[in-house]
Amino acid sequence: MALYSEKVMDHFRNPRNVGVIENADGVGEVGNAKCGDIMKIYLKIENGVIADAKFETFGCGSAIASSSMATELIKGKPVSEALTLTNKAVVEALDGLPAHKIHCSVLAEEAIKKALQDYYEKAGIAYDHTQFPDCESCGHCCGHEG
Amino acid sequence: MQIYLDNAATTKMSKTAIEAMLPYMDTVYGNPSSLHSAGQVAAEALTDARQRIAACIGASSKEITFTSGGSESDNQAILSAARLGERRGKKHIISTAFEHHAVLHTLKMLEKEGFEITLLDVHENGIVLPQQVAEAIRDDTCLVTVMYANNEIGTIQPIKEIGAVCREKGILFHTDAVQAAGHLHIDVQEQNIDMLSLSAHKFHGPKGIGVLYARKGIPLTGIIEGGAQERGKRAGTENIPAIMGMAAALEEACAHIDENAEKMTALRDKLIKGLSKIPHSILNGDAQRRLPGNVNFCFEGIEGESLLLLLDDKGICASSGSACTSGSLDPSHVLLAIGRVHDIAHGSLRLSLSEETSEEEIKYTIQSVTEVVEYLRSMSPIWRDLVSGRKEFVIK
Repeated sequence: MALYSEKVMDHFRNPRNVGVIENADGVGEVGNAKCGDIMKIYLKIENGVIADAKFETFGCGSAIASSSMATELIKGKPVSEALTLTNKAVVEALDGLPAHKIHCSVLAEEAIKKALQDYYEKAGIAYDHTQFPDCESCGHCCGHEG
Repeated sequence: MQIYLDNAATTKMSKTAIEAMLPYMDTVYGNPSSLHSAGQVAAEALTDARQRIAACIGASSKEITFTSGGSESDNQAILSAARLGERRGKKHIISTAFEHHAVLHTLKMLEKEGFEITLLDVHENGIVLPQQVAEAIRDDTCLVTVMYANNEIGTIQPIKEIGAVCREKGILFHTDAVQAAGHLHIDVQEQNIDMLSLSAHKFHGPKGIGVLYARKGIPLTGIIEGGAQERGKRAGTENIPAIMGMAAALEEACAHIDENAEKMTALRDKLIKGLSKIPHSILNGDAQRRLPGNVNFCFEGIEGESLLLLLDDKGICASSGSACTSGSLDPSHVLLAIGRVHDIAHGSLRLSLSEETSEEEIKYTIQSVTEVVEYLRSMSPIWRDLVSGRKEFVIK
């Protein structure tokens, strides 16, 4: 289909890092079933480095591809670097997304930030709260459930 | 291999329709408004096509106006009734919550002009009752417009009975028969229909051509100004090739309407039976009173666009009412109208058959949909919550 780039279709058809990490060091879930997409990211963190990342996604093709790409981009990276991942970087790595699908990349960025915030909380590491905007950059209706 | 199960979106043109069009692009290319013989040959063809189309729906040829398709016909029918009503101080229109947007958006526009619109509930089975129409009618009602069969869930409305209610009260009755024409019997006289819209590409005719039937005596409001074509009600040189293709396609469809319906209904029911075996799935719309070719399901825990993309990879062309496929934030208004909650409506799938659909294709489709739904559920955080009991299933 011409709707998506080859890269998006590749990550949609063969998503990397699908699954769950038991006893993950950080878990982040964003999105809302009402709006049609939920992303959940699981992180394993060792010595300040993302040793493993997995995801589960309910959503469209670009939501699944964005989750796959975002987890690929942060695996093996220090937490400090993963925190700087932007939705723009996800879009670029996917060779672009259609305009009305950009929110999928925003969700991926937010899911990772939320998982990292959860890691800081769980590990009792002090952090700068302003680094974690609560969904404000998202033009989508991503109210959090529960 | 391609299995085309999106015939409610559009159909493949029939050989009959294509052959009927060819001479009018090649040798008979005159403008029917021209006085010379080349034009007059085209004018005769136009007259002939109009008569044949009228005969297919029980109308007379003077009651047939050619338009660019279903949307234009819907627009013109509703606007004509509204302008007529307005002159008599009647500015109330009754319709249903799950009409096509060609109807709903036209009504929205009239609402801004000061019309009052009542949209009737269509219940969980997707069928409006004549009684509801009777109860909604007021002294200032100028039009009732109810679709013949729904484009997403295929449910067939009691058109004749609704028409009778309107006839008794002297109110104009329009039906959007875009999904019905060529697939279900239509007789505008017997079914008390005052105005009707149809579109050729839904019954193996060409795209960009349709009909607005308006009973004799109903003055139409032109929405395209210019020439005196279509008795001054629709300007623009007639699309003769498309009109000839439409006439041929409609005649062919109507000649085989019963055998096609029987064949498609059998396959439809097989498909419904097969997909019903997928856990936590539900058929949308009444199981019996639906178009012979329409199947529409919701699958809990997954989203429709990813389902469509993976089915496309398996060669199956389908459609969904999810927000992601509609380009808006909300899922299909039709699914919401029959009471499906947002979460569930996102996971919808419409498969629409044609008379060429085979038993093998249906078997393959059941197997493919089952596999893809299972796969997508395996990566869905919602599905995990549902099976682990953290969330309750909506579809039991």
